[in-house]
Amino acid sequence: VNFEDSPQEAAYRAEVRAWLEANLRELRQQFADLGAADLTVARAWQARKALARYARITWPIEWGGGGTAIQQAIFSQEESRCGAPLGFFGIGLGMCMPTLMKFASADVQRRFIGPALKGEQIWCQLFSEPSAGSDIAGLRTRAVRHGDGWLISGQKVWSTGAHYSDYGLLLARSDFDAPKHQGLTMFWVDMRAPGIDIRPIHQMTGGSEFNEVFLSDVVIADDQRIGPVGEGWKVALVTLMNERVEGGKERGPSLEDILGLARSIPSAQGTMADDPAFRQRLALWYLQAEGLRLTQLRSLTALSRGATPGPEMSIGKLVAANRLQDLTERLIEYQDQYGLISDPRYAAGGGRLQHDFLYAPSLRIAGGTDEILRNIIAERVLGLPGDVRVDKAVSFKDLRG
Amino acid sequence: MDFDFSEEQAQLKSAARRFLSARCPLSLVRATLGEDPARRASRALFEEIAALGWCGAAIPEASGGLGLGYVELCAIAEELGRALAPVPFASSIYCFAEGVMAAGSAEQRSRLLPRLARGEIVGCLATAEGSGAYQHRSTSCHVEAGRLHGVKIPVVDGDVADVALLLATEAQGASLFLADLNHPGVQRTALQSLDPSRGVARLSFSDAPVERVGGAGQGSALVERIFDRAAGLIAFEQLGGADRSLELARDYALERRTFGRPIGSYQAIKHRLADMYVKNELARSTAYYAAWALASAAPELPRAAAMARVAASDAFGFAARESIQIHGGIGITWEASPHLFFRRARHLSVVCGAPAGWAERLAADLCKRTPAPSSGAEAA
Repeated sequence: VNFEDSPQEAAYRAEVRAWLEANLRELRQQFADLGAADLTVARAWQARKALARYARITWPIEWGGGGTAIQQAIFSQEESRCGAPLGFFGIGLGMCMPTLMKFASADVQRRFIGPALKGEQIWCQLFSEPSAGSDIAGLRTRAVRHGDGWLISGQKVWSTGAHYSDYGLLLARSDFDAPKHQGLTMFWVDMRAPGIDIRPIHQMTGGSEFNEVFLSDVVIADDQRIGPVGEGWKVALVTLMNERVEGGKERGPSLEDILGLARSIPSAQGTMADDPAFRQRLALWYLQAEGLRLTQLRSLTALSRGATPGPEMSIGKLVAANRLQDLTERLIEYQDQYGLISDPRYAAGGGRLQHDFLYAPSLRIAGGTDEILRNIIAERVLGLPGDVRVDKAVSFKDLRG
Repeated sequence: MDFDFSEEQAQLKSAARRFLSARCPLSLVRATLGEDPARRASRALFEEIAALGWCGAAIPEASGGLGLGYVELCAIAEELGRALAPVPFASSIYCFAEGVMAAGSAEQRSRLLPRLARGEIVGCLATAEGSGAYQHRSTSCHVEAGRLHGVKIPVVDGDVADVALLLATEAQGASLFLADLNHPGVQRTALQSLDPSRGVARLSFSDAPVERVGGAGQGSALVERIFDRAAGLIAFEQLGGADRSLELARDYALERRTFGRPIGSYQAIKHRLADMYVKNELARSTAYYAAWALASAAPELPRAAAMARVAASDAFGFAARESIQIHGGIGITWEASPHLFFRRARHLSVVCGAPAGWAERLAADLCKRTPAPSSGAEAA
């Protein structure tokens, strides 16, 4: 057990810091504002990282990586500390590319992995459907043989970033006679192909990160298939397990911001920061944030000793999402009636907290609901039996509802 | 960076587990709910443990210990907690020996540490004098001319300990003193204990000879230092107990059937077990952080210990309570094991200060490290 950098790690951290400082300076000269929402800036930053082999440090060396999990952690710590532009590439690099590396042909890998790493191409995931959320293997999008290729028709939903994506990883049903898990096949699609219609979903936050994607007779070639026909579920599990690795970060306002807000609210003891009930809660949020960070560090050690990311990774998002919900609800109440204002002209912190309050419910659902994550922990870590399944051995076309 | 036990530490840990599963079955723990023969059995267990060198794991070789280090002691603590070992190890080692190492003179260290390491004497720490945290009470125990008068209640393991470190006032304020509990000026009354595998006593001192440990008036600061160290180590005992509670509940949920299937296949049960696992893992992460802070004498120790203390108390309390619930009716019987963990969980959550006080310390730490921007002058 050692929470300090070894001399080699300290040297690596110094090298990373110097690189970040120099490159962010140049980026700032190029763009006046490094706002995280700007895709152009994010692409430019991603390209710099890819060139310096910092974009995905743990990837195989031929794909621009070659470093260790600890080096990746050091880079991420330093990068998040210095206000570098983030976002846009997480789904492609974190979920889709690892799936391609494992299952796609060498041609497909060559064509996509490099451009995705450099931020030239953005990927989204086309898995969920209106009638297949937690039960994703219940999906109905149809893949029908069409000459040498396939014809795809159906409706996808909750596709994060589909509206700015170039390509999508698509799971479809190629065999309606097989049981539900055995009739699926994975493909990649060009999001600009004829027959694809992308409609942003208006979320309860007012924003639109997720999309509905309608596919009507989209023609795709057989070399767009990833993995064998009928083995799409096996491919999808790899994508989903990589999703768990991405999810366990502290969300919402920083502890400093929380404390700053509390100090601005009067209370019987002076300010809310002096209120014993608030302080007990603050300690809990502090502990949860540190617990998440330290748990991620522990999984790093496991990874660097050769373990593969396992179901134990599911605890991160479960804790982070419920923590965000608790703290946004409490921080609004601590402001009493003033917490009702989401108007940025008046609200504390410009209304960010009210936004996060409305965002927290989606975090408990997206990327595996709380309930699914608890099932995964119970079944795959603790070895408890699966739920009674009435649908597993039955031909998909004979299932009802 | 390395966030797990090393291979050697893991080997020590599994050797400890093998030893304790052979020599400290839950039947031995349950026997302490009864009478005196069990006391003798747990005394014998303590002697065996001492013979293995565990008491001296973190005591330097020069002072008669093994000098292995704190991470090794944490590994042992986790196994003792798993086994619910009915021994005064925590009092003697995490509290008393740590106090001697933190504040004792060279003479006190060389007189006491070798005997503690060999398990020849058992120490304890006496801070409580009634209900409520000791920090919020005035200390009535007082020392005049090297003689102590007053009452400490309760003193954990005070029924079996030979020596105590205790907080008492003298002319210069509250100081830490060392008392020989076998002196005729000490009247010991063993009390019924919520967790009979760990005794509690009332100690009444009348003209009992004592010697000061550490500086005059430094008593409260020293107790805080001892508690920081004890909290980190006790967190591992809590973690061990929490893991075992989860395992017992999981095993029962796999075996017990209702309505034609194992209760462990119902989400109401599965999700509770998953919640136990989540709490245990967060507690484990913070406990490892505390182990590192102890081993490297890091300035982060008070913060790391507070986190480990709050997380591990929460995890063990939840796992022990919900384990009874998952066991159903059998879980509330005397003969079943869950109540042994339920008792120990509460014992450990108050033994070096209840979690709310530690949470307040965490909040205070965060406030101190995050000065209010506009009131910089006030803060300075």
